[in-house]
Amino acid sequence: MSELSAAWHPIASSEDLPYRHVFHGQLLGREFAVWRADDGNVNVWENRCLHRGVRLSIGINEGAELKCQYHGWRYANRTAGCTYIPAHPADAPARRITNRTYPVIEFAGLVWSAAGAADAFVEPLQEADWFALRPIPVTATPEMVRDKVVAAAEPGSEPVRLTEFGYSMKLAGGRGEDAAVFIQPVDAGRAVIRALLPETPAQPLATLRHYNALLNALREQIERTAREAPAPEPIEPEYEPVSLELATMPELRLGTRTSIRVRVARKYDAGEGVIGLDLAALEGHLPTFQPGAHIDVHLPNGLVRQYSITNGPGEQLHYGIGVKREPESRGGSSTIAEAVREGDLLAISEPRNNFPLRRDATRTTLIAGGIGITPLLAMAKNLFGSRLEFDFHVFARSQQHLPFADALERFGDHVSPHIGLDAAETGRTLEEIVGSYSFARHLYVCGPAPMLELVRALAARNGWPDEAVHFEYFKNTREIDQSSSFTVELARSALTLEVPAGRTILEVLRENGVEAPSSCEQGACGTCLTKVLEGTPDHQDVYLNETEKQANASMLTCVSRSLSDKLVLDI
Amino acid sequence: MNRPNPYLNDHWHVVAGNEAVASGQPFRTVLFDVPIIIQRLADGLRVTAALAPEKPLPVLERYGFIWTSLGTPMPLFEIPEYDEADRRNMNAGSLGVAVSAPRAIENFLDMGHFPYVHTDILGAEPHTEVKEYDVEVSAERGEVLATRCRFFQPRAATSSAGGQEVEYVYRVPHPYCSVLYKSCPSDENRRDVIAIFCQPVGEERIVAHMLQSLIDDVSTITDMRRFQQTIFGQDKPILENQYPKKLPLDPRAETPIRADKSAIAYRRWLSQMGVNYGVIPLVPRVADV
Repeated sequence: MSELSAAWHPIASSEDLPYRHVFHGQLLGREFAVWRADDGNVNVWENRCLHRGVRLSIGINEGAELKCQYHGWRYANRTAGCTYIPAHPADAPARRITNRTYPVIEFAGLVWSAAGAADAFVEPLQEADWFALRPIPVTATPEMVRDKVVAAAEPGSEPVRLTEFGYSMKLAGGRGEDAAVFIQPVDAGRAVIRALLPETPAQPLATLRHYNALLNALREQIERTAREAPAPEPIEPEYEPVSLELATMPELRLGTRTSIRVRVARKYDAGEGVIGLDLAALEGHLPTFQPGAHIDVHLPNGLVRQYSITNGPGEQLHYGIGVKREPESRGGSSTIAEAVREGDLLAISEPRNNFPLRRDATRTTLIAGGIGITPLLAMAKNLFGSRLEFDFHVFARSQQHLPFADALERFGDHVSPHIGLDAAETGRTLEEIVGSYSFARHLYVCGPAPMLELVRALAARNGWPDEAVHFEYFKNTREIDQSSSFTVELARSALTLEVPAGRTILEVLRENGVEAPSSCEQGACGTCLTKVLEGTPDHQDVYLNETEKQANASMLTCVSRSLSDKLVLDI
Repeated sequence: MNRPNPYLNDHWHVVAGNEAVASGQPFRTVLFDVPIIIQRLADGLRVTAALAPEKPLPVLERYGFIWTSLGTPMPLFEIPEYDEADRRNMNAGSLGVAVSAPRAIENFLDMGHFPYVHTDILGAEPHTEVKEYDVEVSAERGEVLATRCRFFQPRAATSSAGGQEVEYVYRVPHPYCSVLYKSCPSDENRRDVIAIFCQPVGEERIVAHMLQSLIDDVSTITDMRRFQQTIFGQDKPILENQYPKKLPLDPRAETPIRADKSAIAYRRWLSQMGVNYGVIPLVPRVADV
């Protein structure tokens, strides 16, 4: 039946996918989890969580993500990429864990799919108000069911072939309509008869009953014949192996340099001095991201800048970013303001997440200063969507300066704008917001450096442990001291390199052909984070917290150097 | 039909709870697809294959259950706590499940599912983190051992009142059996013991026999049984929706995370022992060699 796997077959009626339901579909020995997201998109996925093989059809449709019933892993609408693993709430699922997806088209009141790489979809019918009859499962080979259905045509009428397993025909004993009848090949010995009438009948219920009786009689007749021959062996489903990378348990985070082309679908005013951009996939959808993730945007003038993704869960058709117009711009924001127009093509990196959102907090507090709102907006959308407890504090110079004010409205009481406060008022307000620590609370802050410093100091004073305070700096404003020189030993590459004064570890790695992921290259984003096996790093970044810095177990190779003569890195 | 390899065959396998077999009433069950009959006679227990009634199979009564073997069994693993005088030992139930034995053992070793499958009993959102723990395969005792396993639990046992971080130790002393030790709510120096003994009826069908050996003077046996049966009743529909039903030993069949360390060690150990029943054995890929 291998040639069949490229053909489109109906696997469900559109009506089988009501709000937040997951339908268990079957085709050619495979099982599908079929679900409609709140944006209307229909997903057809292999019916198996990649983690432990539990059927996703018993999972929970959360509107934008499907959540596995066994361990709560979440998979995004459209991409089927894993966005959250609750057992490790502090980690972003950095590896590309993506469920197997199948092609899908909704047409004539039916959901169509194929068991493998599909041929182009050819509409087998005229577009019309097709009325789906009750599907009838039959225990017989799909070929036998097809032949028996064709033989059940009204005497004197001639069935017209629509597809390999579909006919336009008048059913004997029917009410004279030209029905479209498709045979869904479920397995070697099972099929479903899916019949459509060309319009909604005057008496739908009576018509449904009539055809139900008719088709059930046909089913019994077919199954009687089928029982005379031995049942064929079921088709053994093939499970594709996961990639080698996923089969082991690396703690290493793989940065990727893959660049993706996107189109500027929308450029808009997202508040005073803030430009909103929607970067759309040229085709299909963009890679799965998690809240807190950022992308590198390659600008027309050759500069590369990092911007946080503001999207909510499952929004995979474009990435929304916010860019602040900086008067003293180094060329990033002014290029976007002046040179980038709707319709332009840009190159971006895959999303990376160095600011992951834990979802195991009893209460999450988000504090945004100005354009620092962008990663927190994505977090708020996630928390809101999952009905988790959170409060979202947004500081802005004036109401007009409040970025993404429209997007904030939906969060209702969760949002507290703090508008036009001076330094002293800001300090008092932050003190109130931070408050004292209690078990399983988490704090996320992004904004200007002085605000971050203050929040971190307040949190430390009020008993917040470092691991409960998460922050992301826009940039590293510290002056980097590049005067030291030292040796770096790469444990896994068996390479020893000299880092002279004035050069970074990252530069030296690259000159020697060592692939190393990086993004901002100023010690703010965390992409180049590397494990330290021996030696004492001279931390000059703003990414690691104090506990992490004191542990000396990891460092950022783009700015940090060495206090000891030698560093041994896990590269 | 797939037959168990000698390593598996030369183990004791559980076939019934003691109380399930009454005198004068032959008890019929199945082990490795072989129908067997257990009889309680005047001179003791007699176990035979239904098709070879003249040839008795080895038999052992231990931990409240009846064990037999289709091979030459090596000694059954020890649970020393079982014989402590003040423990309340009970058969907590024997339940049929349409899954392979190794899938059921892996589920028993797993903590990550507590908030999702045993909601508000063994775990509750948002406390979903599986903290780092240690795993070793003890060559000398031939068992997998996971220690320092900690999880936040709203109600860890019949006798616990509020939430607490519970510490577990897991042993897998037999390919189809596992024993867990958990902090005891009534005595902080001792540990409750809960064990699962899987009877492989077929490759994809088991009877899960459960033992509890608890330090609890308060709860009734009925309550303690009911607690364990509630827990297992929550696991059963998950286990029966796992595909493939046999446990794949190829590391690339599924996606492990750090929380799955014990399962990874268990799968490797099954591979090393050549276990071939209830599993999909690892076939090296040309590209990997």
